This record gives sequence, structure tokens and C-alpha cells, in this order.
Amino acid sequence: MVEVNFGHIQPETVAGLRRVDELKEWEGSRIGAGVTWRRIESDGPKALAEAARTVGSPQIRNAGTIGGNLGTASPAGDGHPFLAAVDASIELVSLNSTRTLDWSEFFVGVKKTARRGDELIAAVQLPEQLPERQEFGKIGIRNAMVIATVNCVVTRGDHGRTTVALGSVAPTPIRARAAEAMISAAGMPTEADLDEFQRLVMEEVRPITDHRSTEEYRRHGAGILARRLLERCLR
Amino acid sequence: MIVAFTVNGEAVTARVAHPGSLLDVLRDELSLPGSKNACEQGECGSCSVILDGLLVCSCLVMAADVEGSSVTTVEGVAADGELHPVQEAMQRAGAVQCGFCTPGIVMAAIDLFAGSSSPSSIEIKEALAGNICRCTGYGAIVRALEGLATGGEQ
Amino acid sequence: MTTRIERRVTSPDGVIGQSPARPDAVPKLRGEFEYAQDLTADGMLWAATVRSPHARARIVSVDVAPALAVGGVHACLTADDVPGRSVFGLEHPDQPVLAGEEVRYWGEPVAIVAAEDPRTALRAASLVEVGYEPLPPLTDPAEAEARDEVFRRLRIRRGDQERRGSVVVEGEYQVGMQDQAPLGTEAGLAIPDGVGGVDLHATSQFVHIDQEQVVASLGLRPDQVRAHPTGIGGAFGAREDVNLHIHLCMLALHTGRPVKMVYPRAESFAGHVHRHPAWLRYRHEADEEGRLVRVEARVVIDGGAYASTTSAVLANSCYFAVGPYRCDSVAVDGVGVRTNNPPCGAMRGFGAVQVCFAYESQMDRLAASLSMDPLDLRELNALQSGDPMPTTGQSIDTPLPTREVIQSLRAMPLPDAVTRPHHSLLPGGSGLTTEPRHVRRGIGYALGIKNLGFSEGFDDYAQARVLLTADGAVVETAAIEVGQGLVTVLCQIARTALGINNVTVSHVDTSRIDSAGSTSASRQTQLSGGATLEAATRLRGRILSRLGGDHLDDSGVWQGEELVAPWTQIVEQEWNETVTFRHPPTSAPDENGQGVIHADFAVAGHRAVVDVDPDLGLVKVIRIDTVQDVGVALNPDSVRGQIEGGILQGVGLAVMEELILEDGVILNPTFTDYLLPTILDAPDVEALLIEQEGSWGPFGAKGVGEPPTISSPAAVVAAIRAASGKELNRIPVRPQDIAL
Repeated sequence: MVEVNFGHIQPETVAGLRRVDELKEWEGSRIGAGVTWRRIESDGPKALAEAARTVGSPQIRNAGTIGGNLGTASPAGDGHPFLAAVDASIELVSLNSTRTLDWSEFFVGVKKTARRGDELIAAVQLPEQLPERQEFGKIGIRNAMVIATVNCVVTRGDHGRTTVALGSVAPTPIRARAAEAMISAAGMPTEADLDEFQRLVMEEVRPITDHRSTEEYRRHGAGILARRLLERCLR
Repeated sequence: MIVAFTVNGEAVTARVAHPGSLLDVLRDELSLPGSKNACEQGECGSCSVILDGLLVCSCLVMAADVEGSSVTTVEGVAADGELHPVQEAMQRAGAVQCGFCTPGIVMAAIDLFAGSSSPSSIEIKEALAGNICRCTGYGAIVRALEGLATGGEQ
Repeated sequence: MTTRIERRVTSPDGVIGQSPARPDAVPKLRGEFEYAQDLTADGMLWAATVRSPHARARIVSVDVAPALAVGGVHACLTADDVPGRSVFGLEHPDQPVLAGEEVRYWGEPVAIVAAEDPRTALRAASLVEVGYEPLPPLTDPAEAEARDEVFRRLRIRRGDQERRGSVVVEGEYQVGMQDQAPLGTEAGLAIPDGVGGVDLHATSQFVHIDQEQVVASLGLRPDQVRAHPTGIGGAFGAREDVNLHIHLCMLALHTGRPVKMVYPRAESFAGHVHRHPAWLRYRHEADEEGRLVRVEARVVIDGGAYASTTSAVLANSCYFAVGPYRCDSVAVDGVGVRTNNPPCGAMRGFGAVQVCFAYESQMDRLAASLSMDPLDLRELNALQSGDPMPTTGQSIDTPLPTREVIQSLRAMPLPDAVTRPHHSLLPGGSGLTTEPRHVRRGIGYALGIKNLGFSEGFDDYAQARVLLTADGAVVETAAIEVGQGLVTVLCQIARTALGINNVTVSHVDTSRIDSAGSTSASRQTQLSGGATLEAATRLRGRILSRLGGDHLDDSGVWQGEELVAPWTQIVEQEWNETVTFRHPPTSAPDENGQGVIHADFAVAGHRAVVDVDPDLGLVKVIRIDTVQDVGVALNPDSVRGQIEGGILQGVGLAVMEELILEDGVILNPTFTDYLLPTILDAPDVEALLIEQEGSWGPFGAKGVGEPPTISSPAAVVAAIRAASGKELNRIPVRPQDIAL
């Protein structure tokens, strides 16, 4: 609607999905694309609920959906790091078929996804088992209604298996694989391990400078934020 | 196209200049100019209405999508000559300056108190985080709603 | 025939010193208040503007035929269609109504369209074919000055220029381009009267000056154009200049139909003037005790493509370059440059904000050099009533309680630390970036000084009329209510002076009353209030004298216990009194910037408590305490509202608000990327008012709108410095300025 209000697009035909009940179904780990951020804020898994709370404003959360966020595929989408961190998949349906894409196949570029023109985003499928420790963080210049300068989810599960996903530091959400591998293998991490972890995260992100922030700050912020979220997971 | 829905308790039919927004219809077709347009993108809350029980930005709702729905605008929260307790609290606290954000703030506050009769200060602020005010610095607005939360009847 | 009536309690409610409810609060709360955005007229057309996508270009051709070919389009006008004066401007008419040969800033209007509905107007506007030959834009102020692209230079020299101090502090500071961003955008409706004239209802801060410029550019007689005050959603300086006014009237007269236009937000950012960005170089010299010996300042402000009010803003910057401090050796050199950046003009604080950031940063550095408490240093040098202004030499003959401001500010209690703060109280907020152990708390102070009213010899006045009707008294004025509460305070003044309850304000157009001047410069309460007070006082005097009474109230005229003339009898004849009120005269500066330049002054102090996450550079402004010199608070709630609102705009300038330019193009003309403080960014504010009679305003009132914005940015940055140890020489402060 923002594009319509700005006069950038004037679609002739629109399909309103607000009242398609199947899209609003939420069964266990399958979250319908039409589930709003408001519902996710109260019922979602911890880090996703925390992310939901930072989306826009109360008005936006009442209407905005997880599917909408996916469709837009902004690099700064607040729900995306969680999906990447837990290796979620996205269900796409068309008249004739259904397919499921891993999040890493779904996000293709800045505001570009693998969704075909005849497909609808039907649901997000989370793994049945989610990591016990999960932490979300988002760096923004003001305390509400802000586009993330950097956002991040860190999870830690059995045997110290750690995942680190970040947004706003690349064209799509990314996983900091080298940092993950290093810290997952470290057993109970020491301060030196955490320093190395932070450094690896900084190395792996590919942020840009734009009117919102600089490459240098995003890189710096990504390292600090990921480290702090990991520290929380370790408590 | 024609859309039939309920506004402030009244059944209406409105001509919709597709792909216009609910805000356009309220202001241009239904002579309900209380909801304001200030940003066209849901970043200021001046267009806030209650749609099917939920507080939303009407500038982001496609008009065609409200067929059969129920909408409450600022014009519908109190009868003629009366004020809703939120409106009265804001008047007493001096929480109105230019007034452009005021209808949106009223709707957000009403939505807040519909869910909780005694919200904390933090809950008040989080509920109004989507409403920008440029004149008041929010101080009097917070005082108005804190007063309502601790003392008034809703 | 006289009647004995039992004497009721007849002192009016809602007199000065009280905080009666605003007369427009209920309509605004109910969504029934009519803003310019809401105006309609039968047969109304909608307008749109074609704007330049280039910061600088030659216009080679303009083809409006494709626009005119669209069904429902009634007119498409260009520079050739401007009937009268081709340029307009508040101080110097140098800005084309529509660009003819050259565009000089991104967004400059080139053509205007009128059509049956807004969408058609926009579509037609997009079809106008303008052939541009882009030229390299001049965007660097230093280069502009070197090329003598200058609106004004101002040189101030006061005192012995050879004086030197043993302690020297130098610094360079920068202030970014802030935007007023009132929630209500530009909007208006122009209605042709059928006999060659037009009625204009448009967002404004000064209808008489709009009318003058419309008359000139339309080539009409003054009586043919009437500019009407309308409901407006805030201003803060953005509404002083003409933007859509002449365009609407041109289209209305051309088509013979009413024409309406409302700028969407992005166009609003492009379509009005902004706060001048500034570059400031300072040198403070003091003796070993901390007494200021000499201040040198170099002030550069970027006025953008057209003059607007750059001349006056520069003047303000220079005159207030030292701040509220005594100093007898001063040298200030200021320049307002012309570039191809977007035009800049009035914004709350009007030049005094930018220099305040610089001189208060300097004062803190000086205090540090001397190992002195920052407030002690300020108190030692405090400018007081009776002192000469350090820059202009003008003797300050109204109250200026600078020392009291400092002492009161010092005494205000600091907030307690919160043991387990909710995330909304931490830097980063719901982003959950920061825990209490990551936080450093800083406290910073700043003082500021501002003039009230217009200066440098400007004939500053306001006219108001008080008249009686069957229902009570009416105050007629063309003064614009922008939300500040003028309508309330004018009623209070009239009630107090007349002794009656039933008073309303009527906003009348330019044909019905003379100018009230601009709603800006914190002047309207003093000027229009002064006019109202005098008119009401004179009127009451005349009524009592004519009808032989000693007391007037809503029942009528009393002589002792006897009602000698009931109200109905009084209003059998016409009673009205029109007063044009002027403040004490000011003068233009001499060649050294000396003179009685200003009409009045106000001083304010701010203390900011800011929590900082130094590693991430995120801040949370926890609290701002303030002490402000208000003369007499005619409406304490309104004063508090102006203080809280002004402070938050100062916070915005300190930490989040900036228009980002690249080659003269605004990169962030939306609310997504031009960040205004939300309720979760607002600090707690505690305000102490210092009331001292002596100003020439009604009952001793001083204007209050600007001082809250002047020194709050400096206080916030001082606190961030204290918490982070960073130098921070520019505002707004960005996370990377703190963290990297």
C-alpha cells in the first residue's frame, strides 16, 4: 500500500489475503503466512516474538504478517534472522503445486525471492525442535518504528551447537558460518573465544554504506551484537 | 467499485477509487475527515482507526479489502456533545496543541484501554509508539493517560 | 432605569495565570476541527506540481501538451504564465514562482497542473516534458563563499580587539540540516471570486505577507486578494515562506474554479525551507579565574538556492554567537552562502540553536581546561539585566535572570538510578541490544539565549480588534494559531482586561484587519497579546466612562451595587477598539554590528541526563530538567507544552534528525528515514519557570516557544560526551560518532 500511496504502482487487480483463513492457521511449528506479528509477539518462540515486538508499531503489527515480510524480503526484515538461525523453510503454493524452499534458497537478493509470479507464500515451517537458548537483538537509531541498522539472532542448543544469523549486513539474511563453527567447537567458550567469535562475525558480514549507516559501523555493530547475544545464551 | 461495510456503527456503501486506501474512502467519500494523512506510509499513526477490533493505519488498508468489515474512527468514539474518557483526560491535561496527531492518539489510547483498564506507564508508551506528535513532546499525553489509568473510569 | 440585582460572583474564569482549556481542544479531539487539508468547495479542482529532479540545470524546453491531453486536466501552467512579478521571497524576492530558464535546487517547481481529481493531476504532472541540461551543482559552502555566492556577510567587532586571555580553547563545530516536519503538510484552497480576485485559504504563519506576495505575482490590486487564516497542523518555521500559495491562486484564476492542493510528505520535505546547516569555528580566551576575555567566532550557514530568511538567520547566529555571557572583546564574522542545496529558512530557534551548540561546547572545554565546574564557569560569566550584549553592545533593559537560571538548574534533583530497568529505559529499547552493565550515564548542562520579536530595525507590530456582540466579546486577529495556544491566551488576556467571561477569538482575513505579523520569533503572545490587552483595556474604559459605571462583567455595567446598563443595552450600540501594538524600536546595526538590535531576550538552561551504550553508540535521553525565563506565565500549561515540545525537537536535532544530501538531493525525504522522536524516545521533562516582571509584553509576559529548543541539543551532547569520553563536534550525533 505504501507503493500505491506514493503513486509508484497502480495495480489493476489485487487479491486481498486478509481474510483467507487457511493462511492464518498456526499449527505447532507451521506458521501460516497470514499470521500477524501481533500474534507472533504473544505466542511465538522467544527470539521470534522478540523480533516481532520491534516490527514497526502496534498498528503495523496488527496488520503486518510474517508472509508479508517474506514477500518484501527487505535485507533488514526483522523476522528473517530467526528463520535463518533455525533453518526454517518457506512453503510456496500455486494452482498446481506446492514446494518448500529452505530459507537460503528463498532469499535471493535485495528484495528478491525465488517466489514465482504464480505462487503464494503459504506458510513458514520451523523445525519441530527449536534450540533451547535463542536471543534476538536489533540496532536502530530510535526506539520504535525503525529499520534495523543491524539485526541478529543467536541460538545455542545441544552440545553447544550455535547458530548466528544477521540481517541488514548483506543483500539477504546470512549465517555467520565460520563464527558458528568456531564457537560450536569451543566447548565452554573463554573470553578469548568470544573475542575471536566477534572478530569472525565482523569478517563474515558484507554491509554497505547508505544514508542510514556506514559499512564500518554495521560491521562493528554486528560483531558487538552477536557477541552480546551469545553471552546471553551462555548464561 | 462499491464497498459495503460498517463505520461507527452505521452500514455504509462507498465508491472506491481503486486502488485507494481506507483512509481515502473515509475522508473523501464518507465525509469523515477526522483521520489524517501525514506520511502515506504508516509511519506516523495519524490515520489510525479500529478495523475489526484491531488498531491499524487506515492508509495501509486497501479500501476494497474492508467489504463486510467494521471500522471505528475518531468520529465514532463518543456521541454528539459528549467526550470519551480518553478525550476528556487529554483535554484536562492540555495534551492538544496543533491537534493533527490527536485523532490517531485518541484511537491508540482507546485501543489500549480496551485491552487493559490500568496500563502501566511503560504499557502506555509502548501502545503509543506508533503515533508521532511533533508539538507536545508527549509529556501531557502521557500525563493524561497515566491519570486515566490510575484514577479514572473507562 | 436601574435595577437592583443581587451581586453574583463575577470575576471571570480563565484569566491570565490560569490554564483554561483550549477553545479548539474539543473539535480537535473529536476530529471535527477543520484543517486546510479538510477544506472543500463546490467544483473544486486538484493541483499538482512538477518539480526539478536536478539540483542545478538549464531548462531547455517545457512541453505541457502531453499533460493537457489527459482527460480531466484543466490547466498546466509554467513560468510564462505568471501574470505579475516572476519572483517571490520573504526578505528578498529572488525565488521564481515557477522556474523559467534554470532550476537551482532539487525539487524546484517548474510547472503546475489543475485537474478533476488528485490522481489525474499527479499523472498529468508526470507527463509534462521538461528538457533539462544538468549542470554541476554548487554544494560546498566553502566554495560558495570563495565564489562570492553570498546572501549576507555580517561583521561584528566590539571592544578592544587586542585583548588576549591566558587560557585559550579552540574548536570547530557542525550542525546538520534539520527539518521542521510538522505533521500537517502544506495544504490550501484558492477560490476565485468571479470578478478577477481570489480568496486564499492555505497553511501559513503570516497571512499578510502571503497576500502581499500573491498580489505581486498575480499582478492584482491588494483588495483583490484575501488570505484567510486556516487550521494548520504545526509549523515551526516551515510555513513562513510562500510555497503553494501563488500556484493555487494562479490556477484558480486561470481555470475560474476553486483549486486545492495538499503536498504528500515527500513533496513537503522538498517544498519547504529547512534549518540552516552550519559550520562554526570558535576561539575562547579566558583569564585564570575563568572570566571570558575574548571570543572569536566564524559562522557559516548554507542558505541553499534562494534567500528566504537567510539574512535574518545569519544575523541571529552572529548576534548570539557568544551566548548569555559577558565578554568585552568580541569578533564575529558570519556569512550566509548561496548554493544549489535546498533553500533554508526559519526553524524554531532561527540561527541561535546552531551557535549555542558551538559556544556551549566551548564553555565546557574551557571549564575542563581550567578544572572548573561547568556551571561555576557559566555563573561567573553570566549575562544579566543591565549588562551590555557581548556582541552588539545593546544594554539589556528587561529582566534576564541568567544567574537564577543556573542556580535553580543546579538545585533540581537528579533522577535515581533504576535497578532493573525495563528495556524501554535502556539504549536500544525493544531492540534488546543493551544491558545495564553496558551503560554509562552522563550529565550535561547548557544555557541559551534568544531574542524575542523581530530585530535590526524591522517595524514589528500586530493589530488586534476587540469588539462586543450579544454573546460577549470577540478578539479579531489575523494572527495564526499553529498549536501553541495563542487562541487560549488571547481569550485570557481579554477576559482579564475586560472583566468578562464570554470571550472568543475570531480569525479574520487580510481584508478585515491589518497584519498581526508572523507567528514566529516567539513573538505572538507579546505582540498580538499586547494589542489585545491595549484594545480590551481601552474598550472597557470607554464603556465605563460612557455608561457611567465602575465595573464591567457579563451582566453589564455596574456602578457600585447597581447594574446601570445590562449587556443587552450595552450592545445596542457598536463597541470596538482596534490597536496596533509595537514593541520598543530596534535599530539596524552599524558597520561593526553594534546597535539596539533586539526587542527583548529570554534565557533558558537545560540539564540532560543521558544513558549511553558506548560500544554501540546508542543513547537514551532519560531526563531533561530546564529552567526558563518566561517573564510572566500567562497560561502555565501552555508554557509547559511549549517547553516539552521544544525540548523534544532539540533532542531530535541532537541524536536523530538530519536531512542527508548528496549533490544537492535529499536522500531521506520520508518518515522512514527522517526520524522524528517517538514517545519511547522522549525524556522525562521537569520545568521550572522564572517569572520576573519587566518585559513590555502583556502583564510582563515573554515569548516561550524557542528557548526550549536552543540549548537542549547542547545539553544532550554534553551528557553524551560525559558518558562516552568522545569529543562529538557535530549534531546530530550518530552511533558511529560515539562507537568508532
